[in-house]
Amino acid sequence: MRFSGLRVLKEGLSGNKGWGAHWRDAQPKPEYDMVIIGGGGHGLSTAYYLAKNHGMTNIAVLEKGYLGGGNVGRNTTIVRANYFLQGNSEFYSHSLKLWEGLEEDLNYNVMHSQRGLINLFHSDGQRDAFARRGNMMVNQGDDAILLDREGVRKHLPYLDFEQTRFPIYGGLYHPRGGTARHDAVAWGYARAASDRGVDLVQNCEVTGIDIEGGVVKGVQTSRGAIRAKKVGIIVAGRSGQVAAMAGRRLPVESHVLQAFVTEGLKPVIDHVVSFGMGHFYISQSDKGGLVFGGDLDFYASYAQRGNLPMKEHVMEAGMTLMPMIGKARVLRSWGGIMDMTPDGSPVIDKMEGIDGLYIDCGWNYGGFKAVPASGWCMAHLMATDTSHEVAAKFRLDRFRTGHGIMDEEGTGSQHNLH
Amino acid sequence: MRLKCPVCGERDRREFYYMGDAVALQRPDPEASDGVWDDYVHNRDNPAGVTRDLWYHEGGCAAWVVVTRNTVTHEILKTELAAHAPKVAS
Amino acid sequence: MRVDGKGLVDRTTPVSFRFDGRAFLGYRGDTLASALLANEVKLVGRSFKYHRPRGVMGAGSEEANALVTVGRGAAQDPNVRATVQEVFEGLEARSQNRWPSLDFDLLAVNDLAAPFLGAGFYYKTFMWPKAFWEKIYEPVIRRAAGLGALSEEHNPDIYEKAYGFCDLLVIGAGPAGLMAALVAARAGADVILADEDSLMGGRLNSEVEDVDGMSGADWAAQAVAELDMLPNVRLMTRTTVTGAYDQGTYGALERVSHHLSDPQGRPKECFWRIVAKRAILCAGAIERPVAFRNNDRPGIMTASALRTYLNRYGVAPGRRVAVFANNDDAHRTARDLVAAGVHVGAVLDRRRDAPSSDLFEVIKGAEVCNTAGRKGLENVTYRTLAGEDKIETDCLAMSGGWNPTVHLTCHMNGRPVWSEAIQSFVPVEGMVPGLRVAGACNGVFSTQGALSEGAAQAVAALQDLGMTAVACDVPEAQDAPYRMAPLWAVAGGGRAWLDFQNDVTVKDVKQAAQENFRSVEHMKRYTTQGMSPDQGKNSNVGALAILADATGRGIPETGTTTFRPPFVPVSIAAIGAGAQGAGFAPQRFTTSHKASVARAAPMIEAGLWYRPSYFPTHGETTWRQSCDREVTMVREAVGVCDVSTLGKIDIQGADAATFLDFVYCNMFSTLKVGRTRYGLMLREDGTVMDDGTTACLGAQHFVMTTTTAAAGNVMRHLEYVHQCLRPELDVQMISVTEQWAQFAVAGPKARALLNGLLEDEIDNDSWPFMACGEVQLLGVSGRMFRISFSGEHAYEIAVPARYGESLFRLLVERAEALGGGAYGMEALNVLRIEKGFITHAEIHGRTTAFDIGMGRMVSAKKDCIGKTMSERPGLHGAEREQLIGLKPIGDVKQLTAGAHLFEVGADPIRENEQGYTTSVGFSPTMESFLGLAFLRNGRARHGEEVVMVDHLRGVTARCIVSDPVFFDPEGGRVRG
Repeated sequence: MRFSGLRVLKEGLSGNKGWGAHWRDAQPKPEYDMVIIGGGGHGLSTAYYLAKNHGMTNIAVLEKGYLGGGNVGRNTTIVRANYFLQGNSEFYSHSLKLWEGLEEDLNYNVMHSQRGLINLFHSDGQRDAFARRGNMMVNQGDDAILLDREGVRKHLPYLDFEQTRFPIYGGLYHPRGGTARHDAVAWGYARAASDRGVDLVQNCEVTGIDIEGGVVKGVQTSRGAIRAKKVGIIVAGRSGQVAAMAGRRLPVESHVLQAFVTEGLKPVIDHVVSFGMGHFYISQSDKGGLVFGGDLDFYASYAQRGNLPMKEHVMEAGMTLMPMIGKARVLRSWGGIMDMTPDGSPVIDKMEGIDGLYIDCGWNYGGFKAVPASGWCMAHLMATDTSHEVAAKFRLDRFRTGHGIMDEEGTGSQHNLH
Repeated sequence: MRLKCPVCGERDRREFYYMGDAVALQRPDPEASDGVWDDYVHNRDNPAGVTRDLWYHEGGCAAWVVVTRNTVTHEILKTELAAHAPKVAS
Repeated sequence: MRVDGKGLVDRTTPVSFRFDGRAFLGYRGDTLASALLANEVKLVGRSFKYHRPRGVMGAGSEEANALVTVGRGAAQDPNVRATVQEVFEGLEARSQNRWPSLDFDLLAVNDLAAPFLGAGFYYKTFMWPKAFWEKIYEPVIRRAAGLGALSEEHNPDIYEKAYGFCDLLVIGAGPAGLMAALVAARAGADVILADEDSLMGGRLNSEVEDVDGMSGADWAAQAVAELDMLPNVRLMTRTTVTGAYDQGTYGALERVSHHLSDPQGRPKECFWRIVAKRAILCAGAIERPVAFRNNDRPGIMTASALRTYLNRYGVAPGRRVAVFANNDDAHRTARDLVAAGVHVGAVLDRRRDAPSSDLFEVIKGAEVCNTAGRKGLENVTYRTLAGEDKIETDCLAMSGGWNPTVHLTCHMNGRPVWSEAIQSFVPVEGMVPGLRVAGACNGVFSTQGALSEGAAQAVAALQDLGMTAVACDVPEAQDAPYRMAPLWAVAGGGRAWLDFQNDVTVKDVKQAAQENFRSVEHMKRYTTQGMSPDQGKNSNVGALAILADATGRGIPETGTTTFRPPFVPVSIAAIGAGAQGAGFAPQRFTTSHKASVARAAPMIEAGLWYRPSYFPTHGETTWRQSCDREVTMVREAVGVCDVSTLGKIDIQGADAATFLDFVYCNMFSTLKVGRTRYGLMLREDGTVMDDGTTACLGAQHFVMTTTTAAAGNVMRHLEYVHQCLRPELDVQMISVTEQWAQFAVAGPKARALLNGLLEDEIDNDSWPFMACGEVQLLGVSGRMFRISFSGEHAYEIAVPARYGESLFRLLVERAEALGGGAYGMEALNVLRIEKGFITHAEIHGRTTAFDIGMGRMVSAKKDCIGKTMSERPGLHGAEREQLIGLKPIGDVKQLTAGAHLFEVGADPIRENEQGYTTSVGFSPTMESFLGLAFLRNGRARHGEEVVMVDHLRGVTARCIVSDPVFFDPEGGRVRG
């Protein structure tokens, strides 16, 4: 069924009885050409692009819980293409272009809102680092504008320009940056993939990966064995456990990242704004809640919940930067499991030495905006056995060889510092 | 979250800096293979369950502490001074 | 309307307040909700989506309808629950989410469009044309959405944070909590008793029942009085425990002065971090509404809320009341009303076996199937086997049973279990380590049961703490069984609300199931059920019962969504208290700060420190004029600069040199006493961590300097290397950054300046380049290092910090006498760029010793941190971007930092990018802009022409690539 305004009117007039399932709940078949482990944003988009770009339809996505239950439904919904290192730059640029056509492509309103992103800086050194970033964005064909203090004031008059601990020197403005409705992205891909014949299997936990003579044969699941010629691991924070089923250790440490939303408020923050002297980024959802987040809690965790010190730090940053939000009340806080890598950049690669096994992981805490391109490139890799050109640098062996390490933060191999 | 510093006693998590897996204690020989070094610096068991990791009592006595804890429940099972702790879990 | 002889409010103290501009009177002890109901104000708000008229629905912090804005101007506080806000003289409240007025709200048109605005409608439309989303659809949706508004001004109020510690935290001061606190306190435990109400006692203040032969409210007051006398008890009223965290840490919000006309300097709120060895949750239960057609009209409230208004506040919310229920408990509402002389139309009980009453009519087997009265209830239609009938009523009390307030037990991912007996979820033991549960939140609904369980859990907690309870009797109280039959939604057409605030109806949940959002998490996210300000406290259980029914599963299999902190919404100002303005981070000031400010130097942030940018003088009007003068002054005479912010680490021990060999990539064990050496420190991954000089003051005594930015990291790293990797080494280290004030004295006249100050005159033989040692000046022992970050003949002289300010003044005075003076960060930066010296602009965490041209410093003779990984093939060779110098040679003479480099003639696009600039400055010495940059294979390209492109600032400059050392490449000046 095609979604449209007209359809909403028609169904509304007939009691909304005609709406059908957004996706089919499939029973697992005994054998597929390809199995994707993980029904999150990246797994669903991979399945969709395998079907759409590569004509593959005998595919299953195996999800241990409910579709979109991981980080795709737990993030602060920011979509941007503002990276400055070769490898990341072209990838996120590609992803943003896919975002820009996503609603039309999926026939699903994911509410991608290009409201503009402003990264604030607070010293000459930070300004120069952001200039390097912005220049790379323009080199890549994306948009970036360097704002001075008065330029920032014009966009964000509510910031504390007088008393704040770290004065605002300016900001890097990325007009095409913005937000999207996170859950809708997962559902939109699920629906579109399902429409193209992909089997989406919920409540199906993978418990083992069958490998014979260095070749993948399938997976063991809580709902029985499933044979497959190719298997893709796309499980974010759980990458370590699933890779271990194939006898592999990954350059990944899983950490908790918290996020927060306030009660609904009338429109007050029209951009995505990020602070430069402490981790704090904020936007306002279309429902009116201020959605914000900060840094990791910094200890390895699978708990999907965090502790008070980081909550306090995040809100302290908010209070020094934009004290007008003080009377907004935090309604809910939650956590996701972040797959942190030693350079803060992801992996889309074959699992060396195991034919037919592929991995897409290491999104650190920037995976949401990558959902379209990650699926696009992972699908390309799984279908063709060659890396897509915009993801060619996301190699697993870069840490061993030192070739093409992409450390945007410059914090080095300690996983939690990215 | 609270941790017991072996020197100072139970303290708030705010006083500590977290580094990562206590595999850091097992520094390889400089001549070891690139695979061994890759494992040491980059690759992690990353268990969902009991793990040993390294914390630094930065806002206190400056002790590096090996903490045995559960990454799913956040239960703290043991803390020991890194200088005296076994290199691998005992 | 007020009811004579009822309630605990202070009828002798009237309080005047305003709502939507109209003046009203209430009494001290009233909430805004009770005072409005007393004044027969029914309509208090509008719902989120359909802008439906709404009245007060509950009497607690879980209120879903009566959200108002309190205060004016910068202090305006949106989304305040009228049920929690106490009235005070001068209180000003306004309704919200309506335009132009509460009574006439234009967006109420949404209500008519409801068939098109059902669950998830927005995912299916607004896609065409594409450009309309940001320009038209989204702005319209945003303006219609939201509830109250922020003032958009800086927060003007005081908020605070505090820590608390106790043996036992008792959460909730109803019968269970009071009893638990009494038992623990009498045994001598340190007890914190926190309750979110202004008056402790919980439901005892809202019910007509006896405890220990006196009224429940009197018993509660007596218990509170006893606790108040005990020195080991802290009573915290107006304090909501908001979250349970690891190792017995709880967050709690105290509303300190929201109820005061004049707070007299008190904060609005205080956010507490309470560390408790044990805790007992006695949070009670929340009565759930029933879903029936038009169940959201003003005048419809929960049965228990009605009793609260009647018994605690002495207010009858209606003149002709009806009750609709599925349980015995709700019959008390009718009983109390009748006793107070309020007309009760009937009790409509869904159960055919409901108890009868002599006091009021009970219509058994009845269910309410519709209501009428847009801005205030006028009648309800009910259905029995006999057919439909109507009751004229202006107030309907509804009760679908009670849900234990289990939220806090779920904050650490524990899942409550379904209880068939009470048709709700109850906690299981151990969901939060150290937290026990007692009373109604544990599914024990009688007062007697709550008292007994409170006492028993306190005894158990005392046992955990190694303490012994003093024997005490549990008072006698009401012990009626909780009899109910499940009732979630009344069948029939129309809309029946579940989540009142978010306008989620039974139809929406059913439609979600129909569209395959069958997982409870999917249903929640698709319909927004439970995502409103009450976080589903009123509606979640009912909604999932309906989902279970729609999907043909039982409630236990359907499961719940997760309750997460905070239990009630907490202001950002409270959790972030103290940070507004400068409080966000410590401020570190050097000893020369005042003297620099006195010289009109603009102070800039350097990490947590403040350092002078430049020292304007001689009528200079731009920073460049000052900077150029200061650079020339250092090159030609002498300059003084405070360098105390650099990290200083004192390292001592028999193995100190061995240790330094291991943390630095170059050799230190060969450094002689009285000499200083530049050192480069790597991270274990082979990239550069920091650089600095280390001085050998004695055979076993070194002083290391670090950059300002990395001082903390380096200190931590050194301790790590020692304790974790080389614990066998005999070495100790401590930061002495703040103990020593240190000043650079640089320039050809540096020695002349010092020789007037030092007790022993120095010359080039006694103090050659890189010498260090103790010196005496003006009766003070100091340290001196002949090192240079400017390329000039220079010294750094350190004295104990208490002498710093006077030494700085003296040095500057003497420098001025020699034609020099103080210089700031701008000049320091130009001086080091002229010499090609690096800072963290160059060693930014991605560069290696090879990249910065120091590859040969990595000693082949020894192991060190980072050595092995720095040998990875990808970190060497022509592909690497290497440090170079840049000078403009075309028409454009300007360089900018953060620009990219391209080959001449190449398009400035990512594929052609060859490198980037890191530091630039105008060199008065070379009369040109100079830049440091990284360029692919740069060291092999000296003399080549490249183009620098800065798209952002619109600068494109042809440049010549050179060695990064522009000035005095032979280094003769430092040795002079």
